[in-house]
Amino acid sequence: MRRVAVIGVGDTKFGELWDASFRDIGIRAGLAAVEDAKISAEMIDAVFVGNMSAGRFIEQEHIGALIADYAGLARDHIPATRVEAAGASGGLALRQGFMAVASGLHDIVVVGGAEKMMDVSDIASSMIQSSASDQEWETELGATFASLHALIARRHMHEYGTTREQLADVAVKNHKNGSLNPKAQFQREINRDVVLRSPLVADPLRVFDCSPSSDGAAAVVLCPLDDAKKYVETPVEIIGSGQASDTLALHHRRDILTMDATRIAAKKAFKRAGLEQKDVQLAEVHDNFTISEILAIEDLGFFKKGEGGKATEDGRTALDGEIAINTSGGLKARGDPIGATGLAQAVEVVTQLRGVAGKRQVKDASVGLTHNVGGTGATVIVHIFRRS
Amino acid sequence: MEVGIVSYGAYVPRYRIKPEEIGRVWGTDGIAMGKGLMIFSKSVPGPDEDTITISVEAARNMMRRVDVDPKDIGAIYVGSESHPYAVKPSGTIVAEAIEASPELTVADFEFACKAGTAAIQTCMGLVGSGMMKYGVAIGADTSQGAPGDALEYSASAGGAAHMIGAEKIIARIDHTYSYTTDTPDFWRREGQMYPSHGGRFTGEPAYFKHIVSCARGLMKKAGTTPDDYAHAVFHQPNGKFPTRVAKQMGFTEAQGKLGLIVPHIGNTYSGAVPLGLAAILDEAKPGDRIFAIAYGSGAGSDGFDMTVTDEISTFKRDRAPTVKEQIANPKYLDYATYAKFRGKITLGRG
Amino acid sequence: MATAPRFWRQNPSRYNLIGIKCNSCGKNYFPPRAICPVCHRKSVGKIEPLKFKGEGAIFSFSEVHEGIDEKATLKPYLVAMVELDEGPKITGQVIDCDACDLKIGARVRTVLRKLSEEGSAGVIHYGYKFVPVRDKKE
Repeated sequence: MRRVAVIGVGDTKFGELWDASFRDIGIRAGLAAVEDAKISAEMIDAVFVGNMSAGRFIEQEHIGALIADYAGLARDHIPATRVEAAGASGGLALRQGFMAVASGLHDIVVVGGAEKMMDVSDIASSMIQSSASDQEWETELGATFASLHALIARRHMHEYGTTREQLADVAVKNHKNGSLNPKAQFQREINRDVVLRSPLVADPLRVFDCSPSSDGAAAVVLCPLDDAKKYVETPVEIIGSGQASDTLALHHRRDILTMDATRIAAKKAFKRAGLEQKDVQLAEVHDNFTISEILAIEDLGFFKKGEGGKATEDGRTALDGEIAINTSGGLKARGDPIGATGLAQAVEVVTQLRGVAGKRQVKDASVGLTHNVGGTGATVIVHIFRRS
Repeated sequence: MEVGIVSYGAYVPRYRIKPEEIGRVWGTDGIAMGKGLMIFSKSVPGPDEDTITISVEAARNMMRRVDVDPKDIGAIYVGSESHPYAVKPSGTIVAEAIEASPELTVADFEFACKAGTAAIQTCMGLVGSGMMKYGVAIGADTSQGAPGDALEYSASAGGAAHMIGAEKIIARIDHTYSYTTDTPDFWRREGQMYPSHGGRFTGEPAYFKHIVSCARGLMKKAGTTPDDYAHAVFHQPNGKFPTRVAKQMGFTEAQGKLGLIVPHIGNTYSGAVPLGLAAILDEAKPGDRIFAIAYGSGAGSDGFDMTVTDEISTFKRDRAPTVKEQIANPKYLDYATYAKFRGKITLGRG
Repeated sequence: MATAPRFWRQNPSRYNLIGIKCNSCGKNYFPPRAICPVCHRKSVGKIEPLKFKGEGAIFSFSEVHEGIDEKATLKPYLVAMVELDEGPKITGQVIDCDACDLKIGARVRTVLRKLSEEGSAGVIHYGYKFVPVRDKKE
């Protein structure tokens, strides 16, 4: 297997992009990544696009061909593939691109992710997101996507003594990081009170515990590590990639307070990277709800089970903490255009490892991790990156 | 062949509203209204309840009390004036929910408030003729009164299921008699949300004439007088009418006590006599004779002369909640919540 | 939105909690599945239907305020994950009570209620919801 590097990254601002269509944002991010890699269109061997539900958000399927077409690549007839694993679509697309380059099948691959969510109502958006869980045995019985995470939160509080305030601290930290990120949807700091006084969505989770609906796209360009220096000064190598699945419905899990798919995907990625948790300086984790970040930092092995809330409260996951979690602002503040999220995580880690993250730069960052979740944990993708 | 009730089950929703709360909204003296009607609270179905769910819960309570194989049920008839579908039977869902499907016959009945007792008579015929082992007759409703109308103080929700058979009968039906005329005292046209009524025309020429004629006809047929009965139950659109009609015919207050449930839960329409009968069976003793007269607008009355058998001493009454137990533990609603639950608020669609 | 055939197909499980038992390992599952996740191929031919009693204890719960349009008249409503006495956990609404009446470990049982309807002119879907067990009978 060949070693694989990221040689270009690009993204759009996340948020309410009223003037831009799905194809507009997809192309904006792809073009930025291609320009960053200083490659030309003819050099692209294949395109992978992560997207959860264009069929329901904009009533458009066949996203792979659409993006290749509007990227001006129709005449080149390159393979263009859409990848779907709900919230993990972006991370999974990245893994498909990684495997294509690693295997030797393709040399230069562009991996993008995009979602256009604001064209539908909040209720419609919420119902589309619920389709990431078990439609027949969860959603149709009345469980919303937020309420499934609320079930996790309440049980985590019950079993481990995690507090409502500690959940709020996740949002406070991520908004603080978001305030330092010009691409973030929310660039405003908040305090605990803002979270605790926001309206209930699914008790105990409130509006400020939930990631927003967003439009946005992000993309990376991959090539074999051996060729990377031809294009960029600081290639970032993907040194580990892990993917795992679990039961679709939350109620069928071995333990709803542990995402086994996170544990397994992380174990595979760390094994391949030949590293341990202590070697990682920053991680972009899937904080679609505040409780999700607490589970993530526990299941990735950064903190012991049940101690994620306390670690957050104690500032151990802040920009200047032991491990900087969600330096971009995470899904909470940076935004969560579903299919784009996994790639936005990669864009942030690469930016940090290049040392060009500006005000939110983590000092001496050499290894970073991304953690992308589909549904309530039925698919998890973990990637580990190292500055080369 | 002797036929009668083999088992029964009742269901009353947990929510209630008081007449003073309704009166508060419409500027009416609700307390006086409640006293006049002898209704001190009425049951309100939850927003996810309808005639079908009420019928299912009543039928399941009926099944809990006996060890009858649901496959031995040959017919299910659901009598209601608030079937959720104008076309598509309520009974098929009940049949599936008690696992009686697919080898049985099912139909929905409608005769204003007496559709449930019409179903009992139908089942008596089918069982009595040997066509089937058991027939299930259900009377259930989630009736609506137009907001502000007098009916709003009484129209409530509930139902009961009665299993009719020829073996292990707990209450033998000795006689049945019906009295029917064309009298338009109360109706609801196709597509209308709320029923209409003829005001005081629903009294003398309708309710009283049919109940009294039916009661007299039944006692003549049975050769009985009011003194022969331990319990009597009459259709109860409010507390006043059945009390008056009972007195008029010479029944005592004590005879009517067990079956008079309307003061606590309001008028359950097709559920009224089946539920009153269930409340009597909850406490009846072997040898008790029961007199029951239903009334349905439009108009007609079905009467039943029954005798409680020894079988009731071994009958597993306590495997399901009694009517009294369901009347207890209410949850009172304010008018706004009641309006939300009953779909009286127009919702925007996102 | 649910469609009539998709819902109809699941009626036995939604009305009567029909799940399965794997006679290879003895584990119970709800809803039915063709292969036991413990026994894999060994379970083939050893799966049989099992009717669950519908009684269990609350494992976790939430009061839902936002998210499903068609449940508007129910809002806020309660959703719980319930551990059935036969083993499996299932998700469903808890009704006829308030959030303050609930706690983790509380006993509940299933009843049949309306789950949803496809608009005012469409099919109505029925299925299980939970009510608190107030005494041995109710």
